[in-house]
Amino acid sequence: MRDFAFHSPATLTEAFELLDQHGDDARLIAGGTAVVLLMKQALLQPDHLISLDRVDALRGMQLADGELHIGALTRHREVETSELVREHASLLAEVYGQVASVRIRNAATVGGGLAHADPAQDPPAALIALGARVRLDSRESTREVPVDELFRDYYEAAIEPGEILAEVIVPVPDPNSRSVYLKFLPRTQDDYATIAVAVNGTTEGGLCHSVRVALVAAGPTPVRATEVERHLVGQAITVDTIRSAAEAVADQVDPLDDFRGSATYKRDMAVVFTRRALAQVFEVDIS
Amino acid sequence: MRITVNGTTHELDVPASRTLAELLRTDLDLTGTKESCAVGVCGACTVLVAGRIVASCITLAAQAADANIVTVEGLASEDRLHPLQQSFIDHGGFQCGICTPGQLVAAKALLDQNSTPTEDDIREWMSGNLCRCTGYYQIVESIAAAAAAAVLGD
Repeated sequence: MRDFAFHSPATLTEAFELLDQHGDDARLIAGGTAVVLLMKQALLQPDHLISLDRVDALRGMQLADGELHIGALTRHREVETSELVREHASLLAEVYGQVASVRIRNAATVGGGLAHADPAQDPPAALIALGARVRLDSRESTREVPVDELFRDYYEAAIEPGEILAEVIVPVPDPNSRSVYLKFLPRTQDDYATIAVAVNGTTEGGLCHSVRVALVAAGPTPVRATEVERHLVGQAITVDTIRSAAEAVADQVDPLDDFRGSATYKRDMAVVFTRRALAQVFEVDIS
Repeated sequence: MRITVNGTTHELDVPASRTLAELLRTDLDLTGTKESCAVGVCGACTVLVAGRIVASCITLAAQAADANIVTVEGLASEDRLHPLQQSFIDHGGFQCGICTPGQLVAAKALLDQNSTPTEDDIREWMSGNLCRCTGYYQIVESIAAAAAAAVLGD
Protein backbone atom coordinates (compact mmCIF):
# COMPACT_ATOMS: atom_id res chain seq x y z
CA MET A 1 0.00 0.00 0.00
CA ARG A 2 1.31 3.46 -0.91
CA ASP A 3 1.84 5.66 2.13
CA PHE A 4 -0.37 8.62 2.98
CA ALA A 5 -1.13 11.03 5.81
CA PHE A 6 -3.76 9.84 8.29
CA HIS A 7 -5.96 12.51 9.84
CA SER A 8 -8.28 11.95 12.75
CA PRO A 9 -10.48 15.02 13.25
CA ALA A 10 -12.63 15.16 16.37
CA THR A 11 -15.40 17.33 14.93
CA LEU A 12 -17.27 17.79 11.68
CA THR A 13 -15.88 21.31 11.40
CA GLU A 14 -12.33 19.94 11.46
CA ALA A 15 -13.29 17.26 8.95
CA PHE A 16 -14.74 19.86 6.55
CA GLU A 17 -11.56 21.94 6.91
CA LEU A 18 -9.40 18.96 6.01
CA LEU A 19 -11.62 18.14 3.03
CA ASP A 20 -11.38 21.73 1.90
CA GLN A 21 -7.63 21.82 2.35
CA HIS A 22 -6.82 18.57 0.55
CA GLY A 23 -9.61 18.38 -2.03
CA ASP A 24 -9.23 15.53 -4.49
CA ASP A 25 -6.12 14.26 -2.72
CA ALA A 26 -8.19 13.22 0.28
CA ARG A 27 -10.61 10.39 0.96
CA LEU A 28 -12.86 9.83 3.93
CA ILE A 29 -12.63 6.59 5.88
CA ALA A 30 -15.08 5.20 8.45
CA GLY A 31 -14.95 1.43 9.11
CA GLY A 32 -12.47 1.00 6.30
CA THR A 33 -13.71 -2.37 5.03
CA ALA A 34 -14.05 -0.90 1.53
CA VAL A 35 -11.44 1.88 1.51
CA VAL A 36 -8.57 -0.20 2.94
CA LEU A 37 -9.35 -3.01 0.53
CA LEU A 38 -9.30 -0.63 -2.45
CA MET A 39 -6.05 0.91 -1.22
CA LYS A 40 -4.40 -2.49 -0.78
CA GLN A 41 -5.33 -3.27 -4.36
CA ALA A 42 -4.01 0.15 -5.51
CA LEU A 43 -7.44 1.01 -6.91
CA LEU A 44 -7.45 4.00 -4.59
CA GLN A 45 -4.28 5.93 -3.72
CA PRO A 46 -5.16 9.02 -1.71
CA ASP A 47 -2.43 11.23 -0.25
CA HIS A 48 -4.63 12.01 2.72
CA LEU A 49 -7.02 9.75 4.58
CA ILE A 50 -9.49 11.51 6.85
CA SER A 51 -10.90 9.18 9.49
CA LEU A 52 -14.35 10.10 10.79
CA ASP A 53 -14.10 7.63 13.67
CA ARG A 54 -13.74 10.29 16.39
CA VAL A 55 -16.58 12.49 15.11
CA ASP A 56 -19.19 11.58 17.70
CA ALA A 57 -21.82 13.79 16.06
CA LEU A 58 -22.10 11.07 13.41
CA ARG A 59 -22.96 8.34 15.94
CA GLY A 60 -26.14 7.16 17.55
CA MET A 61 -29.63 6.00 16.66
CA GLN A 62 -32.84 7.65 17.72
CA LEU A 63 -36.53 7.84 16.98
CA ALA A 64 -37.96 11.32 16.32
CA ASP A 65 -41.30 12.27 14.77
CA GLY A 66 -41.96 8.80 13.43
CA GLU A 67 -38.56 8.48 11.79
CA LEU A 68 -35.45 6.54 12.75
CA HIS A 69 -32.28 8.60 12.57
CA ILE A 70 -29.22 6.42 12.16
CA GLY A 71 -25.86 8.17 12.44
CA ALA A 72 -23.48 7.52 9.57
CA LEU A 73 -20.87 5.92 11.84
CA THR A 74 -23.32 3.32 13.15
CA ARG A 75 -21.87 -0.10 12.41
CA HIS A 76 -23.87 -2.70 10.49
CA ARG A 77 -23.79 -4.97 13.53
CA GLU A 78 -25.26 -2.20 15.70
CA VAL A 79 -28.23 -1.81 13.33
CA GLU A 80 -28.67 -5.59 13.23
CA THR A 81 -28.77 -5.92 17.03
CA SER A 82 -30.50 -2.64 17.93
CA GLU A 83 -33.71 -3.08 19.92
CA LEU A 84 -34.93 0.27 18.60
CA VAL A 85 -34.48 -0.82 14.98
CA ARG A 86 -35.94 -4.28 15.60
CA GLU A 87 -39.01 -2.76 17.16
CA HIS A 88 -39.67 -0.05 14.56
CA ALA A 89 -38.15 -1.30 11.31
CA SER A 90 -37.32 -4.98 11.69
CA LEU A 91 -36.60 -5.30 7.96
CA LEU A 92 -33.55 -3.08 8.42
CA ALA A 93 -32.16 -5.14 11.29
CA GLU A 94 -32.68 -8.29 9.24
CA VAL A 95 -31.03 -6.90 6.11
CA TYR A 96 -28.04 -5.32 7.84
CA GLY A 97 -27.59 -8.72 9.50
CA GLN A 98 -27.21 -10.35 6.10
CA VAL A 99 -24.17 -8.36 5.02
CA ALA A 100 -20.96 -10.43 4.74
CA SER A 101 -19.82 -11.82 8.13
CA VAL A 102 -19.96 -10.63 11.74
CA ARG A 103 -16.35 -9.53 11.41
CA ILE A 104 -17.19 -7.18 8.55
CA ARG A 105 -20.46 -6.00 10.13
CA ASN A 106 -18.47 -5.06 13.25
CA ALA A 107 -16.46 -2.56 11.23
CA ALA A 108 -18.52 -1.49 8.20
CA THR A 109 -20.65 1.59 8.86
CA VAL A 110 -24.06 2.60 7.52
CA GLY A 111 -22.74 5.81 5.98
CA GLY A 112 -19.57 4.24 4.63
CA GLY A 113 -21.50 1.47 2.92
CA LEU A 114 -23.81 3.93 1.17
CA ALA A 115 -20.97 6.26 0.15
CA HIS A 116 -19.09 3.26 -1.28
CA ALA A 117 -22.11 2.68 -3.58
CA ASP A 118 -21.38 -0.95 -4.29
CA PRO A 119 -24.50 -2.02 -6.23
CA ALA A 120 -24.45 -5.53 -4.77
CA GLN A 121 -24.72 -4.51 -1.12
CA ASP A 122 -27.89 -5.49 0.71
CA PRO A 123 -28.87 -2.38 2.73
CA PRO A 124 -29.95 -0.06 -0.12
CA ALA A 125 -32.70 -2.54 -1.08
CA ALA A 126 -34.28 -2.27 2.35
CA LEU A 127 -33.67 1.47 2.65
CA ILE A 128 -35.30 2.17 -0.73
CA ALA A 129 -38.24 -0.14 0.06
CA LEU A 130 -38.80 1.80 3.29
CA GLY A 131 -38.49 5.20 1.61
CA ALA A 132 -35.33 6.22 3.47
CA ARG A 133 -33.20 9.25 2.70
CA VAL A 134 -29.74 10.44 3.66
CA ARG A 135 -28.61 13.76 5.03
CA LEU A 136 -25.55 15.22 3.36
CA ASP A 137 -23.78 17.96 5.28
CA SER A 138 -21.22 20.38 3.94
CA ARG A 139 -19.54 23.37 5.50
CA GLU A 140 -22.17 25.78 4.23
CA SER A 141 -25.32 23.74 3.90
CA THR A 142 -27.19 20.54 4.45
CA ARG A 143 -29.50 18.65 2.11
CA GLU A 144 -31.43 15.41 2.01
CA VAL A 145 -31.45 12.89 -0.82
CA PRO A 146 -33.78 9.89 -1.11
CA VAL A 147 -31.73 6.68 -1.12
CA ASP A 148 -33.22 5.74 -4.50
CA GLU A 149 -31.61 8.89 -5.95
CA LEU A 150 -28.27 8.51 -4.19
CA PHE A 151 -26.54 6.23 -6.67
CA ARG A 152 -25.18 7.38 -10.03
CA ASP A 153 -23.18 4.44 -11.27
CA TYR A 154 -20.96 1.57 -10.11
CA TYR A 155 -19.30 2.73 -6.91
CA GLU A 156 -20.44 6.30 -7.48
CA ALA A 157 -22.78 8.05 -5.08
CA ALA A 158 -24.30 11.49 -5.67
CA ILE A 159 -22.21 13.02 -2.89
CA GLU A 160 -20.52 16.26 -3.90
CA PRO A 161 -16.94 17.24 -3.02
CA GLY A 162 -16.94 18.73 0.46
CA GLU A 163 -20.03 16.82 1.56
CA ILE A 164 -20.20 14.19 4.28
CA LEU A 165 -23.00 11.68 4.58
CA ALA A 166 -24.13 12.45 8.12
CA GLU A 167 -27.15 10.23 8.76
CA VAL A 168 -29.75 7.95 7.28
CA ILE A 169 -33.37 8.80 8.01
CA VAL A 170 -35.88 5.97 7.81
CA PRO A 171 -39.62 6.64 8.13
CA VAL A 172 -41.05 4.03 10.48
CA PRO A 173 -43.10 1.76 8.22
CA ASP A 174 -46.89 1.67 8.56
CA PRO A 175 -47.57 -0.94 11.27
CA ASN A 176 -50.06 -2.56 8.89
CA SER A 177 -47.45 -2.93 6.18
CA ARG A 178 -45.49 -6.10 5.55
CA SER A 179 -41.87 -6.24 4.46
CA VAL A 180 -39.63 -8.91 3.06
CA TYR A 181 -36.07 -9.21 1.78
CA LEU A 182 -35.21 -12.15 -0.43
CA LYS A 183 -31.53 -12.71 -1.17
CA PHE A 184 -30.66 -15.34 -3.75
CA LEU A 185 -27.46 -16.88 -2.41
CA PRO A 186 -26.60 -20.04 -4.32
CA ARG A 187 -22.95 -20.13 -3.20
CA THR A 188 -21.97 -19.25 0.34
CA GLN A 189 -23.66 -17.46 3.19
CA ASP A 190 -21.30 -14.50 3.20
CA ASP A 191 -21.32 -14.01 -0.58
CA TYR A 192 -22.92 -11.14 -2.43
CA ALA A 193 -26.36 -11.93 -3.79
CA THR A 194 -26.89 -13.22 -7.30
CA ILE A 195 -29.98 -11.05 -7.14
CA ALA A 196 -31.88 -9.65 -4.15
CA VAL A 197 -35.17 -7.84 -3.70
CA ALA A 198 -36.89 -5.96 -0.89
CA VAL A 199 -40.60 -5.16 -0.82
CA ASN A 200 -42.74 -3.16 1.59
CA GLY A 201 -46.49 -2.95 0.97
CA THR A 202 -49.93 -2.41 2.41
CA THR A 203 -53.38 -3.55 1.33
CA GLU A 204 -56.81 -2.05 1.87
CA GLY A 205 -60.00 -3.95 1.11
CA GLY A 206 -58.20 -6.50 -1.07
CA LEU A 207 -56.48 -3.81 -3.11
CA CYS A 208 -52.81 -2.91 -3.10
CA HIS A 209 -52.75 0.39 -1.26
CA SER A 210 -49.01 1.06 -1.40
CA VAL A 211 -45.90 -0.80 -2.42
CA ARG A 212 -42.20 -0.11 -2.81
CA VAL A 213 -39.92 -2.58 -4.55
CA ALA A 214 -36.12 -2.37 -4.70
CA LEU A 215 -33.42 -4.66 -6.03
CA VAL A 216 -29.67 -4.91 -5.55
CA ALA A 217 -27.03 -6.89 -7.44
CA ALA A 218 -29.27 -6.05 -10.38
CA GLY A 219 -27.27 -3.45 -12.32
CA PRO A 220 -24.82 -0.57 -11.95
CA THR A 221 -26.83 0.87 -9.06
CA PRO A 222 -29.52 -0.35 -6.67
CA VAL A 223 -32.82 -0.21 -8.53
CA ARG A 224 -36.23 0.99 -7.44
CA ALA A 225 -38.67 -1.03 -9.55
CA THR A 226 -41.19 1.73 -10.21
CA GLU A 227 -42.87 -0.17 -13.06
CA VAL A 228 -43.62 -3.08 -10.74
CA GLU A 229 -45.06 -0.63 -8.24
CA ARG A 230 -47.22 1.03 -10.94
CA HIS A 231 -48.63 -2.34 -11.97
CA LEU A 232 -49.84 -2.97 -8.44
CA VAL A 233 -51.01 0.21 -6.74
CA GLY A 234 -54.81 0.36 -6.68
CA GLN A 235 -55.16 -3.12 -8.18
CA ALA A 236 -56.85 -6.14 -6.66
CA ILE A 237 -54.28 -8.52 -5.21
CA THR A 238 -54.53 -11.74 -7.19
CA VAL A 239 -52.11 -14.35 -8.46
CA ASP A 240 -52.39 -12.77 -11.90
CA THR A 241 -51.66 -9.18 -10.83
CA ILE A 242 -48.65 -10.36 -8.85
CA ARG A 243 -47.34 -12.42 -11.75
CA SER A 244 -47.73 -9.63 -14.29
CA ALA A 245 -46.30 -7.00 -11.93
CA ALA A 246 -43.23 -9.17 -11.32
CA GLU A 247 -42.69 -9.57 -15.09
CA ALA A 248 -42.25 -5.79 -15.29
CA VAL A 249 -39.01 -6.00 -13.30
CA ALA A 250 -37.23 -7.59 -16.27
CA ASP A 251 -37.01 -4.23 -18.06
CA GLN A 252 -35.92 -2.37 -14.95
CA VAL A 253 -32.80 -4.36 -14.11
CA ASP A 254 -29.49 -4.32 -15.99
CA PRO A 255 -27.41 -7.10 -14.45
CA LEU A 256 -23.84 -8.03 -15.37
CA ASP A 257 -22.54 -11.40 -16.50
CA ASP A 258 -20.26 -12.75 -13.79
CA PHE A 259 -19.48 -15.95 -11.92
CA ARG A 260 -22.75 -15.61 -10.02
CA GLY A 261 -24.69 -16.02 -13.25
CA SER A 262 -25.23 -14.61 -16.73
CA ALA A 263 -27.13 -11.37 -17.19
CA THR A 264 -30.01 -13.33 -18.75
CA TYR A 265 -30.17 -15.73 -15.82
CA LYS A 266 -30.07 -12.90 -13.28
CA ARG A 267 -32.85 -11.06 -15.15
CA ASP A 268 -34.97 -14.23 -15.01
CA MET A 269 -34.19 -14.63 -11.32
CA ALA A 270 -35.12 -10.99 -10.70
CA VAL A 271 -38.62 -11.82 -11.96
CA VAL A 272 -38.80 -15.02 -9.90
CA PHE A 273 -37.61 -13.42 -6.67
CA THR A 274 -39.73 -10.29 -7.14
CA ARG A 275 -42.78 -12.55 -7.62
CA ARG A 276 -41.95 -14.52 -4.48
CA ALA A 277 -41.35 -11.35 -2.45
CA LEU A 278 -44.64 -9.80 -3.60
CA ALA A 279 -46.48 -13.03 -2.84
CA GLN A 280 -45.09 -13.02 0.70
CA VAL A 281 -45.85 -9.37 1.35
CA PHE A 282 -49.41 -9.64 0.00
CA GLU A 283 -49.96 -13.12 1.42
CA VAL A 284 -50.88 -14.75 -1.85
CA ASP A 285 -50.19 -18.41 -2.58
CA ILE A 286 -48.54 -18.48 -6.02
CA SER A 287 -47.20 -22.04 -5.86
CA MET B 1 1.07 5.71 17.68
CA ARG B 2 0.05 3.96 20.86
CA ILE B 3 -1.59 0.56 20.84
CA THR B 4 -2.42 -1.94 23.56
CA VAL B 5 -2.11 -5.58 22.60
CA ASN B 6 -2.88 -8.40 25.02
CA GLY B 7 -2.56 -5.99 27.92
CA THR B 8 0.80 -4.49 26.95
CA THR B 9 0.92 -0.92 25.66
CA HIS B 10 3.38 -0.15 22.86
CA GLU B 11 4.53 3.18 21.46
CA LEU B 12 5.37 2.71 17.80
CA ASP B 13 6.43 4.88 14.92
CA VAL B 14 4.98 3.21 11.84
CA PRO B 15 3.76 4.44 8.44
CA ALA B 16 0.05 5.25 8.18
CA SER B 17 -0.27 2.53 5.54
CA ARG B 18 0.53 -0.21 8.08
CA THR B 19 -2.38 -2.60 8.46
CA LEU B 20 -3.15 -3.98 11.89
CA ALA B 21 -2.17 -7.48 10.72
CA GLU B 22 1.21 -6.21 9.50
CA LEU B 23 1.81 -4.28 12.69
CA LEU B 24 1.08 -7.31 14.84
CA ARG B 25 3.25 -9.65 12.81
CA THR B 26 6.12 -7.37 11.76
CA ASP B 27 6.44 -4.73 14.45
CA LEU B 28 5.32 -6.73 17.46
CA ASP B 29 6.44 -10.18 16.31
CA LEU B 30 3.02 -11.63 17.18
CA THR B 31 2.92 -14.06 14.29
CA GLY B 32 -0.02 -16.08 15.60
CA THR B 33 -2.32 -13.83 13.59
CA LYS B 34 -2.22 -15.03 9.97
CA GLU B 35 -2.90 -13.12 6.79
CA SER B 36 -4.37 -15.49 4.25
CA CYS B 37 -6.91 -14.09 1.76
CA ALA B 38 -5.83 -10.49 2.54
CA VAL B 39 -9.27 -9.17 1.53
CA GLY B 40 -11.28 -9.64 4.73
CA VAL B 41 -13.08 -12.80 3.68
CA CYS B 42 -11.31 -15.83 5.19
CA GLY B 43 -11.09 -14.96 8.87
CA ALA B 44 -7.49 -16.11 9.46
CA CYS B 45 -6.49 -12.60 10.60
CA THR B 46 -9.37 -12.21 13.08
CA VAL B 47 -8.46 -10.25 16.22
CA LEU B 48 -10.49 -8.44 18.85
CA VAL B 49 -10.53 -4.64 18.79
CA ALA B 50 -12.34 -3.24 21.82
CA GLY B 51 -13.99 -6.64 22.24
CA ARG B 52 -15.25 -6.88 18.66
CA ILE B 53 -13.89 -9.29 16.07
CA VAL B 54 -12.44 -7.52 13.04
CA ALA B 55 -10.39 -8.47 10.00
CA SER B 56 -6.94 -7.11 10.88
CA CYS B 57 -5.84 -7.41 7.22
CA ILE B 58 -8.23 -4.65 6.13
CA THR B 59 -7.98 -2.56 9.29
CA LEU B 60 -5.33 0.14 9.41
CA ALA B 61 -3.22 0.06 12.55
CA ALA B 62 -4.07 3.76 12.89
CA GLN B 63 -7.75 2.86 13.13
CA ALA B 64 -7.00 0.68 16.15
CA ALA B 65 -4.87 3.27 17.94
CA ASP B 66 -5.72 3.58 21.64
CA ALA B 67 -7.97 0.51 21.50
CA ASN B 68 -7.38 -2.74 23.36
CA ILE B 69 -6.41 -5.51 20.96
CA VAL B 70 -6.55 -9.21 21.77
CA THR B 71 -4.77 -11.71 19.52
CA VAL B 72 -4.52 -15.49 19.78
CA GLU B 73 -1.38 -14.99 21.89
CA GLY B 74 -3.55 -13.30 24.48
CA LEU B 75 -5.86 -16.25 25.06
CA ALA B 76 -3.71 -18.57 27.20
CA SER B 77 -2.54 -17.64 30.67
CA GLU B 78 1.09 -18.29 31.59
CA ASP B 79 0.70 -21.91 32.50
CA ARG B 80 -2.63 -22.86 31.09
CA LEU B 81 -4.25 -22.94 27.67
CA HIS B 82 -7.54 -21.14 27.19
CA PRO B 83 -10.43 -23.64 27.49
CA LEU B 84 -11.15 -23.14 23.78
CA GLN B 85 -7.55 -24.00 22.87
CA GLN B 86 -7.71 -27.14 25.01
CA SER B 87 -11.05 -28.05 23.46
CA PHE B 88 -9.69 -27.63 19.91
CA ILE B 89 -6.90 -30.07 20.88
CA ASP B 90 -9.27 -32.53 22.57
CA HIS B 91 -11.77 -32.53 19.70
CA GLY B 92 -9.40 -32.29 16.74
CA GLY B 93 -10.59 -28.79 15.86
CA PHE B 94 -7.67 -28.15 13.52
CA GLN B 95 -5.74 -29.87 10.78
CA CYS B 96 -3.10 -27.72 9.04
CA GLY B 97 -3.63 -24.99 11.63
CA ILE B 98 -3.45 -21.86 9.49
CA CYS B 99 -7.05 -20.84 10.17
CA THR B 100 -6.92 -21.87 13.84
CA PRO B 101 -5.83 -18.57 15.44
CA GLY B 102 -8.71 -16.80 13.70
CA GLN B 103 -11.13 -19.58 14.61
CA LEU B 104 -10.09 -19.36 18.28
CA VAL B 105 -10.38 -15.59 18.50
CA ALA B 106 -13.76 -15.59 16.74
CA ALA B 107 -15.00 -18.40 19.01
CA LYS B 108 -13.84 -16.51 22.09
CA ALA B 109 -15.83 -13.47 20.99
CA LEU B 110 -18.90 -15.66 20.51
CA LEU B 111 -18.64 -17.21 23.99
CA ASP B 112 -17.95 -13.80 25.54
CA GLN B 113 -21.36 -12.60 24.40
CA ASN B 114 -23.29 -15.88 24.36
CA SER B 115 -22.12 -18.47 26.86
CA THR B 116 -24.69 -21.06 25.77
CA PRO B 117 -24.72 -20.97 21.96
CA THR B 118 -26.74 -23.52 20.01
CA GLU B 119 -25.08 -25.36 17.15
CA ASP B 120 -26.87 -22.96 14.76
CA ASP B 121 -25.52 -19.97 16.68
CA ILE B 122 -22.01 -21.38 16.36
CA ARG B 123 -22.37 -22.11 12.64
CA GLU B 124 -23.85 -18.68 11.94
CA TRP B 125 -21.18 -16.83 13.94
CA MET B 126 -18.28 -18.87 12.56
CA SER B 127 -19.47 -18.75 8.94
CA GLY B 128 -16.92 -16.00 8.24
CA ASN B 129 -13.98 -18.21 9.25
CA LEU B 130 -12.94 -20.51 6.46
CA CYS B 131 -11.06 -23.80 6.91
CA ARG B 132 -9.53 -25.03 3.66
CA CYS B 133 -9.00 -28.46 5.26
CA THR B 134 -12.82 -28.38 5.70
CA GLY B 135 -12.68 -29.56 9.30
CA TYR B 136 -15.86 -27.75 10.20
CA TYR B 137 -17.60 -30.50 12.18
CA GLN B 138 -14.72 -30.71 14.63
CA ILE B 139 -14.46 -26.93 14.89
CA VAL B 140 -18.14 -26.68 15.82
CA GLU B 141 -17.74 -29.60 18.24
CA SER B 142 -14.72 -27.99 19.87
CA ILE B 143 -16.57 -24.73 20.47
CA ALA B 144 -19.74 -26.45 21.70
CA ALA B 145 -17.71 -28.58 24.10
CA ALA B 146 -15.81 -25.59 25.46
CA ALA B 147 -19.11 -23.75 26.02
CA ALA B 148 -20.67 -26.77 27.74
CA ALA B 149 -17.62 -27.24 29.97
CA ALA B 150 -17.66 -23.56 30.96
CA VAL B 151 -21.34 -23.79 31.89
CA LEU B 152 -20.61 -26.86 34.03
CA GLY B 153 -17.88 -24.87 35.72
CA ASP B 154 -15.27 -27.34 34.54
